Amino acid sequence: MAVVTYRDALNQALREEMQRDDRVFLMGEEVGVYQGAYKVSKGLLQEFGEMRVVDTPITELGFAGIGVGAAMVGLRPVIEFMTWNFALLAIDQVVNSAAKLHYMSGGQFNIPIVFRGPNGAALQLSAQHSQAFESWLAHVPGLKVVSPGTPHDAKGLLKSAVRDDNPVIFFEGEMLYNTKGEVPDEEYLIPIGKADQKREGEHCTIVTYGKSVLLAMPAADQLAREGIRVDVIDLRTVRPMDVDAITASVRKTNRAVVLEEGWEVAGIGAQVVDYIQRDCFDDLDAPVVRVHQADVPMPYAKNLERAAKPDVAKTIAAVKKVMYLE
Amino acid sequence: MATKVFMEALSPTMEEGRLVKWLKAEGDAVKSGDVLAEVETDKAIMELVARGDGVLRKRLLDEGATSPVSTLIAVIAAKDEDISALTAGAPAAAPKAAAPSPQQSAAALSAQQPAAPASTPAAGTPGPTPHAPSPTAATTRQRSSPLARRLAVERGLDLGSIGGSGPGGRIVKRDVESAPGVTAAPAATRAPVRAASGEDFRDVPLTQIRKTIARRLAESIGPVPTFYLTAEFDLERAAEMRSAMAELGDEYKVSFNDIVMKAVATALAQHPECNAHWLGDHMRYFNRVHLGMAVAVEDGLITPVIFDADRKGLRELALEARELAGRARERRLKPEEYTGSTFSVSNLGMFGIDHFTAIINPPEAGILAIGGIEPKPVVFDGNVVVRRRLRVTMSCDHRVIDGATGARFLQTLRRLLELPLLLTY
Repeated sequence: MAVVTYRDALNQALREEMQRDDRVFLMGEEVGVYQGAYKVSKGLLQEFGEMRVVDTPITELGFAGIGVGAAMVGLRPVIEFMTWNFALLAIDQVVNSAAKLHYMSGGQFNIPIVFRGPNGAALQLSAQHSQAFESWLAHVPGLKVVSPGTPHDAKGLLKSAVRDDNPVIFFEGEMLYNTKGEVPDEEYLIPIGKADQKREGEHCTIVTYGKSVLLAMPAADQLAREGIRVDVIDLRTVRPMDVDAITASVRKTNRAVVLEEGWEVAGIGAQVVDYIQRDCFDDLDAPVVRVHQADVPMPYAKNLERAAKPDVAKTIAAVKKVMYLE
Repeated sequence: MATKVFMEALSPTMEEGRLVKWLKAEGDAVKSGDVLAEVETDKAIMELVARGDGVLRKRLLDEGATSPVSTLIAVIAAKDEDISALTAGAPAAAPKAAAPSPQQSAAALSAQQPAAPASTPAAGTPGPTPHAPSPTAATTRQRSSPLARRLAVERGLDLGSIGGSGPGGRIVKRDVESAPGVTAAPAATRAPVRAASGEDFRDVPLTQIRKTIARRLAESIGPVPTFYLTAEFDLERAAEMRSAMAELGDEYKVSFNDIVMKAVATALAQHPECNAHWLGDHMRYFNRVHLGMAVAVEDGLITPVIFDADRKGLRELALEARELAGRARERRLKPEEYTGSTFSVSNLGMFGIDHFTAIINPPEAGILAIGGIEPKPVVFDGNVVVRRRLRVTMSCDHRVIDGATGARFLQTLRRLLELPLLLTY
């Protein structure tokens, strides 16, 4: 198995899907000539030409709408947002058009579209460019929301997203693009809506997804050195959520920590906690603890930004809290 | 509009109640507020009142039978109203209750063994423990995780017998797992009463009060790190004072117990560090002295409270103690009369006990065990003389009271009892 970066895993997925199906095309700012702001689309313009790798002006609402229209007439667009922070300008097309048309046309139109790009905070990009939007979009019926944390999951899920006949929101991460991991040489797909147990343990469950997997794994390593073995459940997809994977783990460990990048209020973690209290009430030995970003706009100052973000130490502290080891 | 009558929680710790007596018959007209029945809680016999107007159409619980709190036990409705939907599924009152009450089993035994005097519980029979303070309900409810509750049920453990190690005393999985086997129910067996009839044993069902005592005592002796301070006081002057007061007339008669309680209350007012509660994550020191006074009742004990005992004169305190003890024995105390004590005393002197230790009544930090007053030879001013002496032992929760703290309190108590005129100061 080759070790590749998250960036290259996405690039492989796009290339393979564009080779497989000529209805698939990529559109967004700087995806063509510049080879992508984060080089995810490297080489695609050269291979597929400018009819299928389309550079757009800085008009998020416009190209998102063109994408929805293209999907309505049978194409399978992949719309790249340079970051999801910019996609706020396009949210009407995502929420009011892409998510609704299948329903409001009585099933006459499928909208097989992928909206993808980096989500959440990188480093010192300040309040307007450091936001995690998964709970905004997961809120909307009609959208699927995917947030892989490893190159392997990113490739398999992006391929599934392109083949899905419904709009799929695909969250990547600037801090993820350079991370490396094993990716199978042969073709594979990962189903949307299926979690992955990234670590097995019996003392506590950590439910997480996306970039936060990179916090959960070192936290699990450190805890293991103290004799605390945690189950790490990587949701990979936040909508539809793999509730069975969560509850099976919590029934085993009796304790859970939910770790996410975004804010606390109405976050994905709140939904996870709801599933746990609903299905695992009599299995819980402690209230579920959440780890998340501080409830403030992301600070620019390096020290404040560090304090505001979830991290390994906060995750370990949360696990110890639910285990009554404080 | 029909009104459902439920077994209500008539004391703060009540989980089930025994219906002692229905005061309304089926068909009787009732108004909201009318007393429907007398119910034995874990503490006392209480009145269950109607919460609606109409006719008591159906009684679903027999006299003598027990049901958990919130169980439907009767229906009040209009005379002709159809109540079948309300009573369907509720167990119909059967002539024989499933769980026999102590009285019923005693009666059954009497029928079989008409000559057996032991088949009727003797009033004031001391239980197996020398003293057990009655639980007060002033503590917050026992916290436990949902998992701990489920595990306790699966293993047949009583959560009340398990100490909680989680935040705020929450019982968590590890506490249940480390609890010893199935509950030994320490108070389940009573001191054997010798049966003249040749019966080897006599089974007595647990009464509500016995269950509560068992649960609370286990709670106390387990997690409360207790130590004991014993002192012997010279009560010669107090005895002289008591005789002198009695000579003034009946209205001035007080018991030694009254004098000791007055002294304890006065000493506590001077030592708030002993007049305290341990509340898990904090301690509470009281500025007022509410003195709990253990009273033996027929099948257990209860601790009525003399509120603001330090501010009451000796006579007022004596009258109140007598009155409370009397109603305690009749089990007619209201919950607010046996909750809220800040410190307790227990006296077994009248049983000929010269010295014993008492078990702390959580969350209180201390309890004083009072023995009997005995004439003893002691060295007094260089001569061996006979003086009336009293031995007391203070049980202290070491989390709140340290050795020297308790000792200073006993010093003050000694001064007050050996120079009882100070009580008038």
